[in-house]
Order: sequence, then C-alpha cells, then structure tokens
Amino acid sequence: MRATWGGCEPVPAASGTSMIASLLGVLFDGLAYGMLLFLISVGLSVTLGLMNFVNLAHGAFGMLGGYLCALAMARWNVPFLAALPAAFAAAALAGLLLERLLYRRFYRRSHLDQVLLTIGLTFMSIAAATFLFGPQQQALRLPESLSGQFNALGVDLNTYRMFLLAVGLVLTAALTLVLERTRFGAAVRAAVDNPRVAEALGIRVGLVFQIAFAAGCGLAGLGGALGVEVLGLDPVFPLKYMVYFLLVVAVGGTSTLKGPLYAALLLGVADVAGKYYIPQVGAFIIYAMMVILLIVRPQGLVSRS
Amino acid sequence: MTPALRTSGLGKHFGGIRAVTDVSLALERGARHAIIGPNGAGKTTLINLLTGMLPPSEGDVYLNEDRVTPLRPDQRVKRGLARTFQINNLFPDLTVIQSVLLAVCEQRGVAIDPWRPVSSCSAEIEAAREVLRLLHLDRAQDAMVRQLAYGDQRLVEIALALACKPRVLLLDEPAAGVPKGESQALFRAIAGLPGEVTVLFVEHDMDIVFRFAQRISVLVSGAILTEGAPEDIARDPMVKQVYLGNRP
Amino acid sequence: MIAVGDPSRAARFPWEEGVFWLVLAAGFWLWPKHLALAGHVLIAGLFALSYDLILGYAGILSLGHAAYFGLGAYTAGLLAQHGWGEPLSGLLAAGCCAALAGFLTSFLVVRGQDLTRLMVTTAIGLLLFELANRLSSVTGGVDGLLGIEMAPLLGAFRFDIYGRTAYGYCLAVTFVLFLCVRRLVRSPFGWSLRGMRDNPGRMLALGYPVPHRLIAVYSVSAAIAGIAGALLAQTTQFVSIDVFSFNRSAEVMVMLIVGGAGVLYGGLVGAAVFTLAYHYLSSLNPVYWQFWLGAFLIAIVLFGRGGVLGACVRISRMWRERRREPAAQP
Repeated sequence: MRATWGGCEPVPAASGTSMIASLLGVLFDGLAYGMLLFLISVGLSVTLGLMNFVNLAHGAFGMLGGYLCALAMARWNVPFLAALPAAFAAAALAGLLLERLLYRRFYRRSHLDQVLLTIGLTFMSIAAATFLFGPQQQALRLPESLSGQFNALGVDLNTYRMFLLAVGLVLTAALTLVLERTRFGAAVRAAVDNPRVAEALGIRVGLVFQIAFAAGCGLAGLGGALGVEVLGLDPVFPLKYMVYFLLVVAVGGTSTLKGPLYAALLLGVADVAGKYYIPQVGAFIIYAMMVILLIVRPQGLVSRS
Repeated sequence: MTPALRTSGLGKHFGGIRAVTDVSLALERGARHAIIGPNGAGKTTLINLLTGMLPPSEGDVYLNEDRVTPLRPDQRVKRGLARTFQINNLFPDLTVIQSVLLAVCEQRGVAIDPWRPVSSCSAEIEAAREVLRLLHLDRAQDAMVRQLAYGDQRLVEIALALACKPRVLLLDEPAAGVPKGESQALFRAIAGLPGEVTVLFVEHDMDIVFRFAQRISVLVSGAILTEGAPEDIARDPMVKQVYLGNRP
Repeated sequence: MIAVGDPSRAARFPWEEGVFWLVLAAGFWLWPKHLALAGHVLIAGLFALSYDLILGYAGILSLGHAAYFGLGAYTAGLLAQHGWGEPLSGLLAAGCCAALAGFLTSFLVVRGQDLTRLMVTTAIGLLLFELANRLSSVTGGVDGLLGIEMAPLLGAFRFDIYGRTAYGYCLAVTFVLFLCVRRLVRSPFGWSLRGMRDNPGRMLALGYPVPHRLIAVYSVSAAIAGIAGALLAQTTQFVSIDVFSFNRSAEVMVMLIVGGAGVLYGGLVGAAVFTLAYHYLSSLNPVYWQFWLGAFLIAIVLFGRGGVLGACVRISRMWRERRREPAAQP
C-alpha cells in the first residue's frame, strides 16, 4: 500500500555528490509532492469548512482526472498539456453532478452517514476503475519538454518536478487572488465563517458552495492528472492517499488557504526526506508527525482566532 | 463568613478585544445575585470563565476559598458549581427522568458502575424524582425532552443543574425564550431553589431580576460599572443612562 | 430503552434473546457441515459488537478498529507459533495486549472531533498494517503465520477437522462477552455513553470527565476486538497481515450499519448477513462484489435507517398498530 516514488525507489531529483545537493534535491522533491497534495486536498478543505461535509470520496475525483488524462493521451493522442484542463473539467463536472444528485441531501445528516455515503462511492469508483482499466499502475508518456533534467545554480533539477512547483505556485496565487480580491471569494470566506449570517446577508450559500465544490473537485482532478508520474495511478488511489488528504485538512484546518498549503508542503518534505534518509522507517514519519502535531496543536496548524 | 463564590481581577481578552476586565465578585452563601448589562457586555464570557470553559487571561476564581482557576469544567462541578445554558442544551432523545438521572448518577459516583442495571438504582431514581418534584416536573417525568414545551424544557435545564447538588448555581438567562404565559412555572422554580444554594443569575428580564435578586452587579463592556441593592441600582442615573430594561 | 423505575424488566432475559442463542447453540445439529462458516460469523459478530460500543453507544467515528483485531490475532498466533498453544490463556493475552494498545491510542482519539478521529484511527490502522508488512519475517507478511498449533481446549476438547470444538469455543466466548457488554450498556456507565454521544458539552457541565470515560470504553472495545482476532487465529490456525487492513475496518462498519448500530444485536445480525452474502457471492468477480457493496452502502444510508434491526422494529411497530386499529375500520 505504499506509493513507490515515481515508480522506483526514492532517488533525489537532483544529482550531485555533495550532501547539499541531495538535501536540495529532497527538499525540491518534497515541495513538489507537497504541492500536489495541496492541489488535491484544497477541495476537501473547502467541502469540510463550508458545508461540514466529510467527503472521503475526494480521492476518487483525483483518480478520475488521472485516468481521463491517461486515456486522452493514449487513446485520442491528446497532448499532455491539453489533457490537463480536460481532467479539470471532467472532475469538476462529476463533482457538480454528484453534488446535485446525492451530496446535497447529506449536509444536515450526521458525519457517520456522510462517511458511509462517501465510502460507498469510493468502493464503487475503485471497482469501476478496476473493471475499466485493470488493476495495474498507469504510466504516462510525458512530453519531451517536461522530462529529463535541467541545470540551475550548479544543481541538476528534475524538469517535471520544477513544472509541478511552477503550476502549483501559479494556481495557489490564483486561488488566493480569487479568495481575497473577488466578490465570489468574499462570499466564500463569509460563508465559511458563518453560513447562516451569510445567507441572511443575501449571499446564496448553496450556490457559492456548488461552485466552490465543483472547483475543488476540478482541482483534485487536475492534481490527479499531474500526479500520475509522481504519485502513481491505480484503482486504489482514493484509499491509498485518503490518509494524506485527511491529514492535510485536519492539520491545516479549514478556515484558511495557507493552513492546508503549509501542512501539505510539510507533509511532502517530511515524507520524501524520511524515505530517502531513513528508508527503514521513512514511511512512518508522517504518522509520527501527525501524532506530534495533534498533541501540540489540536486545532490545526493555522487557526484563525 | 467565607464567600461561596469569589473572583479577583478576573479578565479575558481575545487578541485586542477585552471581553472581560477586572471583575471582582464575592457572593455569600445563599445569596441571590444578578448580573445585568447590555448585549455584548461580556456576561456569557464571564459565565464561561466561572465554569472553566474558557481559561482567564488574568485573575482567579475561588469556590469556598479554594482556588479553582486551573480546574476543568467537570472538576468544578464536583466542587459544587453548576450552570444552566442560555439556549436549551438538553438530551432530546431521553426522557426527563433519564436526563436528570444522568446528572444524579455522576453526582453520587454511580456513573462509573459498569455492572448494575440502571433500573435497579432505586436510590438514584428517587433522588431524581425528588429534584423533579421540587420543580413540579414530576408529572412529566416520562415525557421525551424533545416533546416538552419550551418553558418546561427550561425547567429541565434547571433540574439538570440542581441534580448536581451544587453549592453555587449559575443561571444563564433562565427566562430567555420563555413565553410570558409559561413564566409562572419558572418564577415558582427560582423561588423554590434551596436557601443554602448561592444563585448567580445573568438576566435581561427585569421582572426576574427585581423579584429575586438581593444584589445586582451591572456589567458594561466587560467591566463592573456598579454594584448594589436593587432599589439603589434602579435609581442610579449612571445605570439608567447605560442600560435599564422595562422596569416601570 | 428501559423505562426507568421497573426493576423487574432488567432482570428478565426476554424470550426472543433466549431463542436466538438457543438456535445458535443448536448449530451443531442445524448446520453441521457449515460450522467453520458459522464460526466466522460469530467472530465477525464479536468484532462488530466491540465496534458498536464505540460507534453505536459512544459515538466515536473510527475507521481503524481492525488495528486491535489484528493485534489480538497476532498475539494469539505468535504465542501458539512459539509453543504456547493453550487457547484460553492465549485469548486472555490477546485481550490484554489489544486493551493496552487501545488505551495508549485512545488519548489521540477521544479529544478530537469527527474528522480528527477518522484521520487518527485510519492512520493507526494503516500504521500497524505497514508495520506488520515490514516485519514480515515475524508476521509472515501476506502469506501469514505458519505452524500455529492449538492445544486442546480446557485440556479435553481437541480442535477437530469438522470444526465442532472451534464452533463451540467461538460460541461460548461470544456469548460470555455478549452478556458482559449487555450488562455494560444497561448500567449507569453505559447510559452515560449515550449522553456523551448525544451531547458531550452538557455532560461536561454535569461533572462527567468525558475524555476519561471515553478512554475507558475505547480500551474495553479494543480488548474485545482483540479477543475476536485471537479467536480467528486460534480456530483457523492462520493469521496474515490483512487482519490489519483498511478493508477489514470498513467492513466492520458496514456490518454494524447493516444490522443496526446502538442496539446490541445489530453487530451480530449484520455480521451474519454480510458474511453469508460474501461467502455465497464471492465466487463472482470480486470487482462486482466491491461495486455492489458500495451501491448497497449508499442505498442503506439513503433509505435504510437503523439497518436490519431498525427495519424489524419499524415493521413490528406497524404490525402492532394494525392490530389495534380494527375499531377504526368502518
């Protein structure tokens, strides 16, 4: 059940004989990985913060995006960069449909009911993926421009990781801009803070949530597509990474954008560093981190008070 | 005489907001003390500081001269401090007597018993009935809490607190939400509270305040503006200026 | 719910419950060729009972209860593998080990909200799975422990190939633990669990040290789960790391919901329905099983409030009302 890092053992994305080089490489890898986790998890944070809805099926949207991307590239010869927005769109549409048909009825139900619903959906999505695509890992052929390495500041950096970081930063900046500079963003923040008062002020919380939820699912799909090379993609993806997404949201909190971002980056770096430097126990680093963080800050990393 | 409840310089601030500032109270045993003040004056914060739900930024709380400031809410209940909630905070799926029984069992140390069936705890059941009788709720003892009228639910709130056998009882706006027609039962309940229990109540309803309070503290913007007997407070021009309700 | 003030009711063991256990006891004659399967049902039922304690009665959302099941299974299995094949002491050791693990992990679980509890319990389950995977030299990994040999139960009953001793053993242990849990949920402590599930804030204001009590019930639940795991190891004489798997944690949740949570017998009923369904449908493609399981889960949560037992209660209530109504018919 452990993800193999990029399909093989942990190898730093930077080559160089010095310790600094491997440290930089691990850091770089970890940040890229963390960025992916953030992109996928931010939708879950919105769902929980806005509607108090525990969506354990969130990983399934990531999986949908990943498989669509792989399918588009393999079957219909769509170039990678064009397949990415398609992954976003497909996952967003799926999210919209699911929200209207099913999720909507569960906002006032207990968390247990929500867990049961979303686990049921997860099982169905895993079974469907196994049936349609088989149980093996999917592999993408990355475009030439994004594979290989390039040299910066005397260190060889993996091009794809660089791409991931860049895309992640751009999207994070865009999200921040939307949240803080647009009316829609203000509506989202108001609704997260106090849905009833927001509704009373004329903000249509239901509509705001629909859009935010669809966007969150779309981002998850995009993250899934981007992550095929790094996180791997097989039918059990939603379950395999569920703990990671939950961790990001539980530790990062649901009331800010920064919280899950820091949590995801921290998680990514810790996981990669652990697996590289102490491979025997590396996989357990995240669990230890989670325990420590929960003891020290039970309300999350970044809390608004 | 040792005060049953005392605070010294109690204060709470959230970042830049000072919710409660330098509140010093001293209540004698059996006192009936009211805290009034405009909305946002910090009354609920004060109650949360007294019960231990919020840790104070400064100051201390003493129960019978025991410093209880570092204690958790449930520990303070064991030392004799019970509270009611401004908005009914009950167990909707239990009956009235089952709810009160929960409180009684913990108060008597029976709640950790994993073996005896509840229905054989006759002493505790009788004690619960006793509390209900005091509040004239005994006829409704087998009704589900969710089916009671709001006024009766308010009485269950008080019953739960009384079942903890408190020495100090904090009533957080006991009349809140009770329609005028149902307030008689509430008055009767408050009048019937045991004499040795110290009662501190936060209220907006001036009927209740002037009917039951022996002393009144006025809380404005988190600080005590003035304190005194009801007649003095009613005449005080400062209080009239800041806040006084519908007292004719 | 018991009407308070009627002491005679608690002492009675209602006839329906008696019939239930008598039928199970008659299993030696009713299903002599399927004793192994029936044993599995009982083990799953005991596991689900332990899960009911924390989910149905105390309201703790957990997706990692298999951690304690697995710990119990491996404790008993490893003891037997290393020569200590006495069943009852192995059972006891497994229970203690699981209880200790439950106690140590409970501190993280009782203080959080639903999301934190889900995350922590899932992580604990995965952690133990991974640990067991890494230590495959000890645990046997996916292939499992070999060489488990059990000594005769009580010195007299050998574990035979027909599974008679195993079935009797499972039945006896399940029955005894069931009686204990039954007393627990009808005691003041058991009632307080419901209060803590429905309104923990009010319970604190009544003087209940809520986290402490939840730690206690969590540890007890872990112990029972561990004993269920040990039964599995001892009666099948096999343990592999999938006792720790997330699927097992999710399955026990499904079983409990199917049967009905918070009503004591729900776990047993749900375990029976689930295990039998799985046994007879597993010949189909496992992908189909997972798909329809997911769909069934969604259907339950949409339409089936209270699971099988909840439906039974509703049906019996409707039936009683029908019987009282003839006067109303013109």
